[in-house]
Amino acid sequence: MSKFAKLASFASLGLVIIPSLLYFAGSLELDAMKWAILVGTACWFIAATLWMSH
Amino acid sequence: MTNTSDADALTKSSSSEFERERVPDSALLGDSKFWGMYAGEHAAGTEFMIGPLFLAAGASLSDLILGLLLGNFLAVLTWRFLVVPIAMEKRLTLYYQLERIAGGSLVKFYNLVNGLLFCFLAGAMVTVSASAVGVPFGVVFDVPANMFGFSNWQFTSLVVIVGITIAVVAAGGYERVAHMANIAAPWMIAVFAVCGIVSLGQMQVTSLSAFSRGDFWSDAIAFVQEKNGPQTFSFWQIVVFAWLCNGAMHFGMADLSIFRFARNKSAGWAPAVGMFLGHYVAWISAALLLAALIKLTPELAIGADGKVSANPGVLAFQSLGWTGIICVVIAGWTTANPTIYRAGLAFQGIFPKSSRTAMTLVAGIVSTVAGAFPNLSAQLLGFVGTYGTVLGPMGAVIFVDFYLMKKFGLREEYAVHSHSRMNVAVMVAWLLPVAVGLYFILVQGLFAAYAVIPCWVVCAVMYLLLSKFIQKPNRF
Repeated sequence: MSKFAKLASFASLGLVIIPSLLYFAGSLELDAMKWAILVGTACWFIAATLWMSH
Repeated sequence: MTNTSDADALTKSSSSEFERERVPDSALLGDSKFWGMYAGEHAAGTEFMIGPLFLAAGASLSDLILGLLLGNFLAVLTWRFLVVPIAMEKRLTLYYQLERIAGGSLVKFYNLVNGLLFCFLAGAMVTVSASAVGVPFGVVFDVPANMFGFSNWQFTSLVVIVGITIAVVAAGGYERVAHMANIAAPWMIAVFAVCGIVSLGQMQVTSLSAFSRGDFWSDAIAFVQEKNGPQTFSFWQIVVFAWLCNGAMHFGMADLSIFRFARNKSAGWAPAVGMFLGHYVAWISAALLLAALIKLTPELAIGADGKVSANPGVLAFQSLGWTGIICVVIAGWTTANPTIYRAGLAFQGIFPKSSRTAMTLVAGIVSTVAGAFPNLSAQLLGFVGTYGTVLGPMGAVIFVDFYLMKKFGLREEYAVHSHSRMNVAVMVAWLLPVAVGLYFILVQGLFAAYAVIPCWVVCAVMYLLLSKFIQKPNRF
């Protein structure tokens, strides 16, 4: 469980960083990028809480 | 600037065990603990405030990039070669070392000053958090002309609500907030980097040549200067500010309390991660947020007084949407909370019979009052320099006591050996240079960070000379 949560939390960080790079490269609209990093943020706090609370 | 993290939990839990004794070998920690701690500690709410202030003050982009690089490097060296050797040799807290050198009464006064400065720092964070909370409600963050002027009543009400909430949470318990900050730290560092990437994208600075031309930056500075009047912020101001904005922690030796747990001297390099993520990437990214706001929606960068002001909430919201708001609130909250907690502990040191909860609430009220004056947070560049000027010289006392007293035939840790509650040599050596430094900062308008090292050196020399006259060998 903890291993999966760690993996999910790192993927969430990717969901925060990668959309910004895609926006920078002109491959993603600003609004879509904002929603993507918000989802990444929510996922990070759920996944990181699961393994960092132990 | 500082945030809560492993270090606070580490310092708090361990200090209750080793507050007045050497840290035993069994309690020493490996380097990784320190790297993790400093990474989180310097990704704080203040970064959202400080970064844009460089642009608003007229710093050039190349000066900022190179100046921060050099200044942060010097800060890391100071931690490694000034703080760590003493911390690992003595393995005592700053407060206990000071008590042994300066006496209990003087340490109480130091605690009062320290606590009040903590409250002003927390107040700036309350302002930052309130600026973000206000964005969804359309509450505007106006910076008044006077240093002690209020913003509009809606913003002031928001500051009171945010300040009281933070104070009550800090008074109620520390561990939950420290835990929350630990969880948020890696995400916050990522969001700081994203701020810079998105801002550059918004300004269509997507190539190295566009970045190196720097038109987006010089246009933003021209806009600020047109509204706020001409200002300059030189390369050396940037270097000295980056070096000494944490002057109380390294020159002032506050981080002796952290590094007393270090197993290896190499732990002293750990502040590098905090400096180059928090005080480099984050500051530059936050400055880029303001440049993007000025380019895309300049009307949002102008306050009611017609001047450009850095509103962290608006800056983050325009580039990152709700993630930006969440980041500013969490960054401000997780910085203000431990700072109020530390201020409460400092006040409790003055009134040992009082409860920690009561003293934390007192610290929270003082912080909230400070937060209600937005100009204090707008003056953060000056404030942190003043903070280092006031507290830094006490580090000189510890340095002289550790390295020079025996060499000059003097007694180290004089207060404990002479059973004195007040070492006059320390008191004069600390307060006189600080008073002169404050005069130059507050009256003559000296850039505050410039005063840190002169005050530190004068304090060291005075402490040595005064000890020569004051110490009485027959008292031992």
